[in-house]
Amino acid sequence: MKLNDIVMGSDKAKGARPYFFDDPMAERVMNIAMAIATEVAVIRERIDTIERLLEAKGILAQAEIEGFVPTDEQAEERQLWHARYAARILRIVKQELDAVANPEDNKPMHQIADEINEM
Amino acid sequence: MGDNRQNSIGYSLPPVWTKLKQHAVFPHFTHDERARYNFLANLNRYLSTVIAPGVQVAYERRVEPAFKAEHGRTFQNRHELREAISRDAYYQMWAALRRCTMEMRQQNGRAVVLRQAEELAQRVQDTLKGHEDILRLRPGFEVPRYLRHVDNHLMPGSYHTQYFEGDVANAANYDSGLFVTSGGMLGSLTDGGGRAIAKWVRENYPDFKPKRILDIGCGLGHNTLPIAEAFPDAEVWAIDAGAPMLRYGAARAIALGITNVRFVQMDAEDMSEFPDGYFDWVQTTMFLHETGGKAIHKIFKEIGRVLAPGGLTLHIEQPQYTPEMSYFEQFMRDWDAYYNAEPYWGHMHDLQPEDLMEEAGIPRANFMQVGVRAVNDLDQPNGTQVREDYGRSPIWNVFGGWKPK
Repeated sequence: MKLNDIVMGSDKAKGARPYFFDDPMAERVMNIAMAIATEVAVIRERIDTIERLLEAKGILAQAEIEGFVPTDEQAEERQLWHARYAARILRIVKQELDAVANPEDNKPMHQIADEINEM
Repeated sequence: MGDNRQNSIGYSLPPVWTKLKQHAVFPHFTHDERARYNFLANLNRYLSTVIAPGVQVAYERRVEPAFKAEHGRTFQNRHELREAISRDAYYQMWAALRRCTMEMRQQNGRAVVLRQAEELAQRVQDTLKGHEDILRLRPGFEVPRYLRHVDNHLMPGSYHTQYFEGDVANAANYDSGLFVTSGGMLGSLTDGGGRAIAKWVRENYPDFKPKRILDIGCGLGHNTLPIAEAFPDAEVWAIDAGAPMLRYGAARAIALGITNVRFVQMDAEDMSEFPDGYFDWVQTTMFLHETGGKAIHKIFKEIGRVLAPGGLTLHIEQPQYTPEMSYFEQFMRDWDAYYNAEPYWGHMHDLQPEDLMEEAGIPRANFMQVGVRAVNDLDQPNGTQVREDYGRSPIWNVFGGWKPK
C-alpha cells in the first residue's frame, strides 16, 4: 500500500500543542523559519559534497573556490542577485515603510470600497 | 570530527548520521535526508549545551527573585515553578525551539519512512524468511489504553499504529531518529542502555547464568539485543504491544546476526502465557514511564509472578525525584513529560522504586539502586563528556533486586 508522505508526514501527535510564546502566531512563524534554516543547511551540505567530489576527481580544488575573484561583470551580476534576494526576504518590512510613508494609499479596503461605490 | 569529544575550540560535536550502523532493514536515506538529520543533531547539541544552561541563569537571576518579591517565599513545588517560569521570555524561546526541533525530527523521519513503507515491509518479510518462529503477533490484540491515549515522544501513531498489514513505518522512523534526539550518545546501534546494563550485570555478578530472560516493553529491541549478545546461551523473550516494533525488531535482530531473541506481542499486565517463576532475569529499559498509573502496579505484580526465586529484576529509568533534587531540576526533568508527550513520566517519578519492588516481591533488604552510563562505541577513549541535558543524557538510574530463593 502506497502512503501519502506529503500529507501524512506532517501529521500531528495526540494532545494539544503547547505554545510557549505569548503570541502563538509568532511561534508558528518561528517554526517555519527554523524549517527553512534546516533546508539552507541541507543545501550547504549538498554543495560541500559536490565540491569535495569535484576535488577528489581532480576537476577543481576547494582552494580555487576560496580564492575565486569574480570579474567586474560577474561581480555585478552576483551583487544584483543578492540585492533582489534581500528585497524578496524583506518585502513585508518595505511594504510597511510604504504604508507609513504614503498614508493616502493606505486606507482600509472597506473604506475604499465605499468610496468606489460613490464613483 | 564528530565523535562526541571536544575539539580544539572546546565545542563538542555530535557524530555525523552516517556513523549509524545501517543494518539490512534500515530505511534508505537520501543525501539531503541525512543532511537534515545532521543539522538537527547539531541544532539539538547547540540548544542543550549553549542555550539550555541559560534557562537556569534566567531562573536564578529573575524568575525566582521575582516570585520571592511577590510571595515572600520561594517555590514549594515544581508545578508552582513551572507556572512562574512559563512567563519568562528566555525560557519561552528555549522551550519553543526545543519543541520545534522535536517536531521537525518527527516530521523529517516520518516523511522518509512513509515514502518507502511498502519496500520496508517487504524487506522485513524477506529477512524473516526461515526465522518466522521468532516473531509472534496476536490477531485481535488489544493495545493497552495508556498507549493509545498519547503519541509518546510526539511520534504520530506511536508504537502500535500500522498503516497496512505488515507495516513497520513507525518502527523504522523510531530507529532512524533516536540518534538525532540523543545526539549520537547511545552509540552506532542506539543501544547504549542495553550495553550498559549487560556490562554491569556481567561485571557485578560474574556467576549469574540466566537461562531465560524477559525484556518487557522491548520496542524494536535496541536494548534487548546487547543483553542477548552478552548471554548467548540464554533464551530471551522480548515483549511489546506494538506490532510494527516487533516485526521490525525481529528482522533487525536477524539482520544483526542475533538469533536467541523471540519477539512476542503481549500486554505486560497479563503475562499469563508464562508460568510462575519462568524467568531468571526480568528487565525493563526506559519503559515504565510510558505505562499508566494503574497499569504499572499490575505490571510489577506480574513481574513478581514470572520471576524465578533467586532471579534478578532490573529497571532502567530516569532518576526519581527526591527531596534532595531541586525544584528547578525536577521541573527541567519534567519538561519532556509535558512537552515531549511522555505524560506519565512526571507522575511515575513521584513513586518510590522501593515500593514498586516490594510489589514485585523484592523485599527492601534486597533492593538496589545504581547509576549507569551508556556504553557508546562512538565515544573516544579520552572523550570529554557532554554537559547534562535534563532527561536526555546517557546516564540512567537502575533499580531492582534479587527475589529471595
